[in-house]
Amino acid sequence: MKNIRTIAGKEFKGYLNSPMAYIVICIFLIVTGIFFSSYLKQINYVDTTIKGFLQYANLLLLLFAAIITMRSLAEEKKMGTWELLLTSPVKDSEVVIGKFLGAMGIMVVMLILTLYYPLLLTIFGHPDMGPIWTSYLGLVLLGSAAVAVGIFVSSLTSNQIISAVVSLGILFALWYLANASTFFPKAIGQVMNYLSFQYHFSAFSIGVIDTRGIVYYLSITGLFLFSATRSLENGRWN
Amino acid sequence: MIKVRNLTKYYGERLAVDNISFDIGKGEIVGLLGPNAAGKTTTMRILTGFLMPTKGDTWIADCNMVTDSLEGRKHIGYMPEAVPLYTDMTVREYLDFFARLRGLEKARTRKRIDEVVSLCHLEEYVDTIIGKLSRGFRQRVGLAQSIIHEPEVLILDEPTVGIDPIQVSQTRSLIKELGKEHTILLSTHILPEVSATCSRVIIIHNGKVIAQDNIENLSAIIKGARRLRLEVKGPHEQIIKRIQRIDGIRRVIKEGEYLIVESPVSVDPRGQITEAIIKSGWTLLSIESVEMSLEDIFLQLTTKEEAV
Repeated sequence: MKNIRTIAGKEFKGYLNSPMAYIVICIFLIVTGIFFSSYLKQINYVDTTIKGFLQYANLLLLLFAAIITMRSLAEEKKMGTWELLLTSPVKDSEVVIGKFLGAMGIMVVMLILTLYYPLLLTIFGHPDMGPIWTSYLGLVLLGSAAVAVGIFVSSLTSNQIISAVVSLGILFALWYLANASTFFPKAIGQVMNYLSFQYHFSAFSIGVIDTRGIVYYLSITGLFLFSATRSLENGRWN
Repeated sequence: MIKVRNLTKYYGERLAVDNISFDIGKGEIVGLLGPNAAGKTTTMRILTGFLMPTKGDTWIADCNMVTDSLEGRKHIGYMPEAVPLYTDMTVREYLDFFARLRGLEKARTRKRIDEVVSLCHLEEYVDTIIGKLSRGFRQRVGLAQSIIHEPEVLILDEPTVGIDPIQVSQTRSLIKELGKEHTILLSTHILPEVSATCSRVIIIHNGKVIAQDNIENLSAIIKGARRLRLEVKGPHEQIIKRIQRIDGIRRVIKEGEYLIVESPVSVDPRGQITEAIIKSGWTLLSIESVEMSLEDIFLQLTTKEEAV
């Protein structure tokens, strides 16, 4: 536990020390801010909702996850600090979980910064807070699955760009799986739907806490963190 | 302290380390000598638990590094060849991170950072971003990192590569200093490095241990000597005395039927020896240069570099 905290702390500080996280958070806030306000203008302010923000936040979150996790393991490999990390008395799983929590930390900070959208709504109107909180729960769950995918891909390469591009590809594929499902027979389509990021996200955005969704996102997180750990172990034997 | 048995490592099809075994006792400073790609780094990576062997076992402080790697790693300080550093951290942050990772408490960490910083002469740079330090100082930070948790075993991969001669000699004396409290295994492809710091040498080539001996036995050879083997008919005691009077002869040893004559490479005493033997009325049956296997190995193995 202590080791995880040490690594997560180092990771989180590392993000704060590099310009990358600031740039990405900035872009995220600007873009989601535009959609948040333009949606409200479009419906002529008859409703107080964060729908505009949500519409794009999920995809931007995937982009964000791919970019912030690209350095997590790939850079250590490239710099060779890897060798010190893996020869310290720390389990491989602790390294992976520490890296994951560090990246999640920066993502949660970013989501907290967006809380001023609902804050604005409560100041100027009476929004239904239920769907807003469940949406945030959905975003955190989606983000955690996306970060886990990014960490896994980062564990496979020492090239940050490759890591970012490949994880983005996987994340978008997982998101759009639901759209592609209509081209397939019903049974297969349903399976594809169920495996898709998008399918499980919709319930959260309309105020439903869907246990299946929670289980799904946490399973994806666990699966990819486990794979990342195995990928580290595998490296020792090759 | 370090025990290696039948260690073998394949990278895919390529054999990197071929069935090597050796022991290193507590308090020894041992040099792992060999040319590039001899298997030094692979051996060290297996010893530190970074890689797993294909076959064979290693023990560090009685911990098997395959089955009990996590426990074993607590006893090891390691400086990889590339001296990996987090260049966006300060020296203090870097040392703090690795101290915590190796289980040191907060107060102890602070105390140890002060100690290693003064030991490695980094006082002025402790709050400098590592990325701004020169190569020599980075090397010291790497060394400081490896001893921060007071490990029993220190494994240093090419600790003096890429730094200037003054820093090289500083690093060597630092390693000697550390040898008083730690068991050290260091790798190098430079001969003088070994004679300057180590008490014993293990020479590896193409993944095999080809020689291991203490430094005194090897140093005669390292310094470069010529050996001649004589077969002479006559009283050996008197012959030895006579030959020893010749200029430049280091020593004469009796080896069975033969006499072995050692001289520096720069001297060729063959003419004088034959003359002396014949003038004294003895019979010289043969005279030949003897293969100095170790020297040959050294010549093959090592890049020549002037001692610093």
